[in-house]
Amino acid sequence: MGIVEIDNIAYEYIRRDEEGNVEGIVRAIDGISLDIKKGEFISILGGNGSGKSTLAKQINAILYPCEGTVYVDGKDTSDEENIWDIRQSAGMVFQNPDNQIIGSVVEEDVGFGPENMGIPTPEIIERVNEALKTLRMYEYRKHSPNRLSGGQKQRVAIAGVVAMHPKCIIMDESTAMLDPIGRKEVIRAARALNDVEKVTIILITHYMEETIYSDRIVVMDKGRVAMTGTPKEIFSRVDELKKLRLSVPQSTALAYELKKRGVRLGEGILSGKELVTALCRSYATM
Amino acid sequence: MIRDITIGQYYQTDSVLHRLDPRDKLAGTLIFIISLFVAKNVTSYAVATAFLIAVILLSKVPMSFILRGMKAVVIILLITVLFNLFLTPGITFVSFWKIRITYEGMKTAAYTAVRLTYLIIGSSLMTLTTTPNNLTDGLESLMKPLGVFRVPVHEIAMMMSIALRFIPILMEETDKIMKAQLSRGADFESGGLIKRSKALIPLLVPLFVSAFRRANDLAMAMEARCYHGGKGRTKMKPLVYRGSDYIAYAVIIMYFVLIVIAQRVGML
Amino acid sequence: MSIICDHVNYIYSRGTSDEIHALKDVCFKIEDGEFIGIIGATGSGKSTLIQHLNGLLKATSGHIYINGEDIYDSDYSLKKLRSRVGLVFQYPEHQLFEETVLKDVCFGPKNQGLTSTESQMRAYEALENVKMGEDCYDVSPFDLSGGQKRRVAIAGVLAMKPEVLILDEPTAGLDPEGREEILHLLKSLHDEQGITIILVSHSMEDMADYAERLLVMDKGSLIMNGSPREIFQNSAILEEIGLSVPQVTGVLREMRQKGFDVDISATTIEEAADSIMRALGL
Repeated sequence: MGIVEIDNIAYEYIRRDEEGNVEGIVRAIDGISLDIKKGEFISILGGNGSGKSTLAKQINAILYPCEGTVYVDGKDTSDEENIWDIRQSAGMVFQNPDNQIIGSVVEEDVGFGPENMGIPTPEIIERVNEALKTLRMYEYRKHSPNRLSGGQKQRVAIAGVVAMHPKCIIMDESTAMLDPIGRKEVIRAARALNDVEKVTIILITHYMEETIYSDRIVVMDKGRVAMTGTPKEIFSRVDELKKLRLSVPQSTALAYELKKRGVRLGEGILSGKELVTALCRSYATM
Repeated sequence: MIRDITIGQYYQTDSVLHRLDPRDKLAGTLIFIISLFVAKNVTSYAVATAFLIAVILLSKVPMSFILRGMKAVVIILLITVLFNLFLTPGITFVSFWKIRITYEGMKTAAYTAVRLTYLIIGSSLMTLTTTPNNLTDGLESLMKPLGVFRVPVHEIAMMMSIALRFIPILMEETDKIMKAQLSRGADFESGGLIKRSKALIPLLVPLFVSAFRRANDLAMAMEARCYHGGKGRTKMKPLVYRGSDYIAYAVIIMYFVLIVIAQRVGML
Repeated sequence: MSIICDHVNYIYSRGTSDEIHALKDVCFKIEDGEFIGIIGATGSGKSTLIQHLNGLLKATSGHIYINGEDIYDSDYSLKKLRSRVGLVFQYPEHQLFEETVLKDVCFGPKNQGLTSTESQMRAYEALENVKMGEDCYDVSPFDLSGGQKRRVAIAGVLAMKPEVLILDEPTAGLDPEGREEILHLLKSLHDEQGITIILVSHSMEDMADYAERLLVMDKGSLIMNGSPREIFQNSAILEEIGLSVPQVTGVLREMRQKGFDVDISATTIEEAADSIMRALGL
C-alpha cells in the first residue's frame, strides 16, 4: 500500500449567489483514483480551474471527498480521529509565501508545527535547527520573514513542514508566485528532500519545466485525470497538452518542430541538453 | 511615509534589554506609564527622564529610529497640547482676539506633551526590543490567571501575534493599492471631507478583500500544520526567569519608589 | 508618444541607515509605438523605474520627458500624465473594488472627468479589447476566475485610453494558456492600435517572442539596451546578473560547442528550427 491512496473520489461544492441561494453545484473532482508510492516524486499538472489544488487539499484533510476515500499512510482522511496524524504525515506548502508564515522570526515559524504537536522544548529546537539546515536557511534563523526573498520565504515554509517530520510533502503551486531564481531554489529543495531524505513529494504546478525530474506526471483537466505517465511519455504528447491549457518547455517544443520538419529525433525530449545529445547522435558524423 | 511608523516594530540587535524576559518588560512598561501619571513636578520628571535615557542607551536602538516613530503621532500630540493650552482656565498670561492662554494652561500643556512623548517612547521601546512573538508569550503568561474566568488567553495572544506579523504586510499592500488607484486617476487628496472619504472606497474595498483572503489562507496554513488551539501545545522558547530578570524587577521597583519620593519632596 | 529618461537617480529612505540607491543614472529613449521589454532580477530596480514613468515616484535627480515635455515642470499635470501613461501593477486583480465589472472599468474614465455615458462607451471598448463578453458586465468582479479578473483589471487601465501601457509581470500566476492570452492581447493592442507597450517580465522566452527592444536592469543601473537578438548574445553577462537566455538560444549555443556550424542568434522556436535545419543541411 502506498503512502497516499486515492480511491475513486469526487468532490462537489455549492455555489451560492449574494443572497445565499444555491446557484449550482460545481463538481471540482470527478472520479479520481491515484496511488502514490513511498519515496515517489509525483507532479500534478493542470491549467487554472482543473481541480489540482482541490485534489491537494484532500490529501492534507483540509477537504474531505464527497464520494470515495483518501488514505494517507493507511489512515482514512474522513475519520475525524485521524486528522492530526494525517496532517503531520502529509505536510502542505501553499502558494502565497506571505500568507503561510505565522512566526515573526524565521526559527519561531519553523517551530510552530512541532509546538502544535506537543513536542518537548529541547527536541523542538533540535528539529528546527535540523530543518533549517536541510533547507539551507540556518543562517537566516533570527531574521524577520518580511525581509526575505520569495524563494527564501518558501524555503522557510518548507522547513516548517520538514520540522514536523512528514512522510510526504504536498506543494500546492508553491512556485507560482516566485521569480525564476526563487522557483529554482524551491524545486531544488524539493528534489533534495526526495533524494536524500526519501520524502514523498507531490508537486502541483503549471510550470512544465519543474516536472521533468519527477518519477511520474499526472495531468488533470476538469476534475479528472487526463493523462498519466513518465515525463518522457507526457512530453511527447505536445498537441494534447496544448488542448489542456498547458504548454511544453521551449526545448521540447523545438524538438517537436524539428521532428515535424523531418529531423530524426527520439520521443519526449525534456531539456536542451537532451536535444543536443540526440542531434549529435543522429547527425554528428555529417 | 508609511514606512516611518515604528510603533509596534521590532529593532533587531543584541542588548541587555533585548535579552530581558518579556514579562519583565511588560511589567516595567506598565510601571513606567503609571509613574508618568504619579509624577507631577519637575524633580519627578527629571527622575523619569534620567530613567528613560538610561533605558534607551541600554536598548542600543538608535535615537533617530525612535524619533522617526514619533513623527506619526506628532499631530495627535499637537492637538492635545493645543487643547490644554487654550482651554485650561486660570490666570491669564496673554490674550488676543477670543483666545486666552493661562499660566495653568501652559503648565499642563508642557506636562502633557512630556508625558505623552515619554509614554510613546516608553512603550515603543518595549516593542522595539521584544519580538512580537516574545511579547505575546509574555502577555499570555502574565494573563494566565485570567484563564480561570474562562478568558481565552491563548487565543487572544495568538490573535495579537498574528496581527503584529501582518501589520507591515498590510501597510505595504495599502501603499501598492493606493499607487494602483492613483494610476487609474484616483484622487485621495483634494475635496472636502465627504469627497475624501468617498475616495477611500477604492482603497479600502481591495484592502479588506485582501485581508480576508490572507486570513483565510493563513487559517488553512495553520490547520495544515496541526494547529488546534492552546491545548497540548508546547513551547519552543518557554519563558524562564534568569538572574538578570530579577535584577530588572528590582531596578524598576526602585525607580518607582524614587518617583514617589521625588513627587513628595520635589519642587514645583 | 516618446519617453526620455535623462540621468534619472532615485534613492529610497534618503539620509537614513537603510538608504537604497534604487536607480543609478538611468538614461534611455522610447519611441512612439515601440514594444519594449524590461528585464532584470528581483530588486534590480524595474518596478521603481516604471513607477517613475507615470509620476508615482519622483526622481531624486534627473529628468523625464514625455513628448518633449518635462514631467517635473511645476505646471505639468500629473493627472494628465497618468491618463496618457497607463500602469498595470502586478496582480492587478487585487485592485478591483466595484460591484460590477462595468462599473469597475468605468472608474478610470470617470476620474478623467468623462461623463457617465462616455465612460461606459470607453469601458465597453476596453472590455471588448480584453475579450470579455457582454454577459459579464453586470457580474461582480469578485465572482470571476483568476484569468478573467486579470483581464478586467487590465481593461480598467485600457479604458483610460493611454498612449503608453506599462505592465509589471501581467502573466504572473496564470497557466500557460492564460499567459498566452494576455501576451496576445498586448501584441494586438500594439499592432492594431499603435499603443506603446512596456512590459516587465521574468520570462526570457516571452520577451524573445514579443519585445522589439529590451532594457536590461541590474542593481539600479541600465546595463544593456538593444534588440532581443543582440541582448541574448551576451549569455555570460545575463547569467551573472541572475537572468538567462531563452532555452532555444541555449540549445543553439550548446550545438555550436559540439561542433555544429549553427547560427546562434535565433531567439524563438521558429528561428531556431530554421537555423538548425540550415546547419544540418536539410
